[in-house]
Amino acid sequence: MVRRMINSPLTILGLVLVLLIIITAIFAPVIATHNPTEVNLLSKLEGPSGEHFFGTDEVGRDIFSRIVYGTRISLKIGLLVVLISFPIGTILGAIAGYIGGRIDQIIMRATDIFLSFPGIILAMSIAAALGPSIENVLLALAATWWPWYTRIVRSSVLSLKNSEFIEASRALGANPFRILFKEVIPNAIAPASIQASLDLGFVILAAAGLSFIGLGAQPPSPEWGAMLSSSREIIRDAWWAATFPGIAILITVLGFNLMGDGLRDVLDPKQR
Amino acid sequence: MDALRYVFKRILLMIPILIGISILTFFISNTIPGDPARLILGPKATPDGIEELREEMGLNDPLYVQYGRYVNGIFHGDLGESTYSQQPVIDDLERYFPATLELTLFAMLITVLIGIPFGVISASKKDKLPDQFTRVFALLGVAMPAFWLGLLFLLLFYLKLGILPGSGRLDNGVSPPDMITGMYTVDALLTGNMVAFKSALIHLILPGITQAAVTIGMITRMTRSSMLEVLQSDYIRTAQAKGGSENRVLYGHALRNGIMPVITLLGMTFGHALGGSVLVESVFSWPGLGKYAVNAITYLDFPAVMGVTLLIALLFITVNLIIDTMYHLIDPRLKYN
Repeated sequence: MVRRMINSPLTILGLVLVLLIIITAIFAPVIATHNPTEVNLLSKLEGPSGEHFFGTDEVGRDIFSRIVYGTRISLKIGLLVVLISFPIGTILGAIAGYIGGRIDQIIMRATDIFLSFPGIILAMSIAAALGPSIENVLLALAATWWPWYTRIVRSSVLSLKNSEFIEASRALGANPFRILFKEVIPNAIAPASIQASLDLGFVILAAAGLSFIGLGAQPPSPEWGAMLSSSREIIRDAWWAATFPGIAILITVLGFNLMGDGLRDVLDPKQR
Repeated sequence: MDALRYVFKRILLMIPILIGISILTFFISNTIPGDPARLILGPKATPDGIEELREEMGLNDPLYVQYGRYVNGIFHGDLGESTYSQQPVIDDLERYFPATLELTLFAMLITVLIGIPFGVISASKKDKLPDQFTRVFALLGVAMPAFWLGLLFLLLFYLKLGILPGSGRLDNGVSPPDMITGMYTVDALLTGNMVAFKSALIHLILPGITQAAVTIGMITRMTRSSMLEVLQSDYIRTAQAKGGSENRVLYGHALRNGIMPVITLLGMTFGHALGGSVLVESVFSWPGLGKYAVNAITYLDFPAVMGVTLLIALLFITVNLIIDTMYHLIDPRLKYN
């Protein structure tokens, strides 16, 4: 299994990128060359140089250092959204699939309703109702993301439900909740967790988008989407301000995507 | 006849979804943002004043009465009044919607014209250079923030090279064609107004490509994997053995079957493009629903945000209904159940 992963250069690239992002987030204070929020009007709108690797923005903040610190924000959003929505989605999906009947109907109709909005639109309206802040974007994204896990887990549970080892636990008289949590969910969780690792990237992308339209992180926060948003004012004079934060998003999303694709190839070869 | 019955059944099935959508939007717009009366009156409001306005706005009624009023409003095209434009939201939506529809349809056209051939070529040259190239291209497309790509396009083609316009729908001085659909390119063609057509088309290029970048990636990947599956089947080998030319086998035999999963994905892609319009329109100052929504967010104009949300959800499920119907019409194996 490990060999198959190592054999795919793209998966390796994904792992390396993800590792790089995690290291950057942890060691941000060491890697950053400047204080990410320090304003220095004397050095505003400077192009990339040895002093400022990625140049400076409209108030002289060092873009490289801001991007480095931004890793923390993006990674935190990605992880928290998945950590909130994954368990909720998984439990609901398992209940729907395992118990079936009316409960299944209700849960699945609820997912239908949530999925009848393009994700970013629903997240946008929830975040707008809650008020612009990074925490609210996090809640809004979690509220839009869970139905995907519910659907995936439900379909794996349905295919597991009548397998012999579940039948055996039932015959032994195990408590249904025990069967659900000890037998069904652990065995049904693989495809959904692959999706979750892919989603880390997509959540980060969506959060950057919401920040770009002013819902998420507020300036002066070094959030990548918010940085791109304010770069629009100076795009004529400072191409670097509009370029590097986007590359950071691209690399991060790409890293998680490649890693997720690699995991899928290893764990679920049918899907290739 | 079968097709009609299928559509009818699907529309019936849409009813619970529509009710669900209205409950969800009601919940978001009426329950989350705290006390609307307090919001309207501001920080200096007296408790009595708030109570009075609450009574007047019907906020003291039971929730189901409020919900009933909300749904009744929707049926009468009453989505509230935009606090920013001071116009009924429905009128604003009517004004901005054609621009979004035009942009999204244009982006979908680019997606289909590029994504499907790329996927086919990629599959037919599996693991060779063209395949590697398209796969990397598709990967980047899916991982790229569209609004960032838009900024780069703006920087390069508008600010540096100056060869394409970077904002709006028409050049200054060109007046919009007579209103028929509200989509400038279509209206200009229908009225034979070539000046407006050319201008409208040129303005569509950058936002259209930007919006299509993500969906091209999605469609390319889907076409590729679907084609790979089909290309291994016996009837393709038969067609090849009978000496059919490569292109004939690929496009005449394989694509016909390989295209089916791609069609279902088109509905989702359309939703993605509609959602993306919020970001892309704000980059290119494209006067559509997305720009309207972003403006509304900036000015805390909540009825407007909810209006856009509701309209896009309705559009999304309608498009999916159309696509599912198409799917059933194209694939005779499915018997409308």
